[in-house]
Amino acid sequence: MTTLSYAVADSATMLRRQLRHMRRYLSVSLMLIGMPVVFLLLFVYVFGGTLGAGLGVPGGGRTTYVAYVTPGILLMAVAAGATGTAIAVAMDMTEGIVARFRTMAIFRPSVLTGHVLGSMLQTLLAVVASLAAAVAIGFRPNATAVEWLATAGLLAFITLAVTWLSVAFGLVSKTVEAASNLPMPLVFLPFLGSGFVPTDSMPTALRWFAEYQPFTPIIETVRGLLLGTAIGDSAVLAVAWCAGITLVGYVWSRKLYSRDPVR
Amino acid sequence: MTITRSRPAIRVSGLGKSFGDKLVLDGIDLEVAEGTIFALLGPNGAGKTTTVHILTTLIGADAGEVAVGGQDVAADPDAVRAVIGVTGQLTAVDNLLTGEENLLLMADLHHRGRDQGRRRAAGLLERFDLAEVARNPAATYSGGMRRKLDLAMGLIGDPRILFLDEPTTGLDPRSRRTMWQLIRDLAAGGVTVFLTTQYLEEADELADRIALLDHGRLVAEGTPDELKRRIPGGHIRLRLADPGGLEAAASLLEGAVRDDEALTLRVPSDGGVRSLRAVLDRLDRAAVEVSELSIHTPDLDDVFLTLTGQPDNDPDQEMEPAR
Repeated sequence: MTTLSYAVADSATMLRRQLRHMRRYLSVSLMLIGMPVVFLLLFVYVFGGTLGAGLGVPGGGRTTYVAYVTPGILLMAVAAGATGTAIAVAMDMTEGIVARFRTMAIFRPSVLTGHVLGSMLQTLLAVVASLAAAVAIGFRPNATAVEWLATAGLLAFITLAVTWLSVAFGLVSKTVEAASNLPMPLVFLPFLGSGFVPTDSMPTALRWFAEYQPFTPIIETVRGLLLGTAIGDSAVLAVAWCAGITLVGYVWSRKLYSRDPVR
Repeated sequence: MTITRSRPAIRVSGLGKSFGDKLVLDGIDLEVAEGTIFALLGPNGAGKTTTVHILTTLIGADAGEVAVGGQDVAADPDAVRAVIGVTGQLTAVDNLLTGEENLLLMADLHHRGRDQGRRRAAGLLERFDLAEVARNPAATYSGGMRRKLDLAMGLIGDPRILFLDEPTTGLDPRSRRTMWQLIRDLAAGGVTVFLTTQYLEEADELADRIALLDHGRLVAEGTPDELKRRIPGGHIRLRLADPGGLEAAASLLEGAVRDDEALTLRVPSDGGVRSLRAVLDRLDRAAVEVSELSIHTPDLDDVFLTLTGQPDNDPDQEMEPAR
């Protein structure tokens, strides 16, 4: 076999291992998938009436707010997956099995690619579940097939980016507790952006942060693709942020994993 | 095969390693012949695990050269990884997977076909007496079962050289015996075994050669018997037929300590054949009849005490460096 086919075979083996782990930790997997749905229901039915009225759109209210908040909830699903990834990686690194992998003639990053692929599948499942829940409570996107495809592509890209970053978080953490705390800021990013309310309703300093942080252009792009609002330069920014975060996460993870293991 | 036979399975020269400013290994030299069992014996914190980590490509060395299976661990770690199997001090099994899934995972990573992997896994489960618990998660296994699974996982790839880091630490006596027999069988099948242990008895039972590691230095190396012979304290114990014989023998053998009540005589000896023959010849010429004879060589405990200046279980020993 060639190096490439070893890389693919070993990554596939590690992915199968990861999927088995998720099945054994079914409650964790279900929580990560269910959490964004719960937040969606919370925001739409508890806050939605008031927040929707504040959007300043004629006929605002709960129905308007479902449309507004869904892209934010999708990003929240992506960010929530990050915590699970970081914890899973940190836990794995404390196990002797990873030391064994290091003494075997296998494609070295396959332990990490297995985590990334497994986490991406889980996160994308959470995204699909959130989207389905949103449609069930009145979210009516008007996207064309191409726009749906672009949405899926962008969400997969940000999931890849966030997942690699959380793999690095998991590797750099000395304890599992630390690993569960590091991705916390990511979970708050949709709130501190255009995910739940328009940024121009925020005080100046916060608005400045909200407009320049990575999740806002991604949320704006998803919103534009699904609902036909203006996208502007958000699409370019969104792709650039995804590429940048992926690169940082990947390079950092590789570097952390290839150093001598510390016990 | 004659070429590989003449080449040692493991060759280490001038191996040095520090963690921060703590020197853990200080110029280790050793050679392990193919198909033999080599024991690295030492107290906690002597540097045994660090040595295994370097030999198995887990961490890098600071100084010296290490060749395993004829390949340099620093220059071509993957070539080394292809011929070794490792069983760690902390059992390296995936606790969330079943015993069978653990073995199949290893088979997949060795790029065995599905069928071949299944057969191999089933064979090992049978051989290691794990077939009954094959479908239970490894987290539910007892200590002995986990070690056996761990060892089986290291064998899936048919390694030529097997590293066992304290393979029986924490096991009950019965599991330990089982593990010993498994290790002996492997060596009989031609596998080179490099094991670390803090149990003198274990090294004595299993190893063809033993190296004593203390504070990162090798203080002695040889076969178990060679090591024991280096230590004073060995003697021949003779039981004579009657008090007259005891009297005669005692006058013939200088330095002998007599016990009139038991009719025995303790004669200092290095335990070698030559000195034994000399004693018997002398008694024979004087027609002194010996009714019973036993040779007492010092055990490895004496060796340890003499060579390291401290008993092996000194509680003040530093632990493995916390890193």
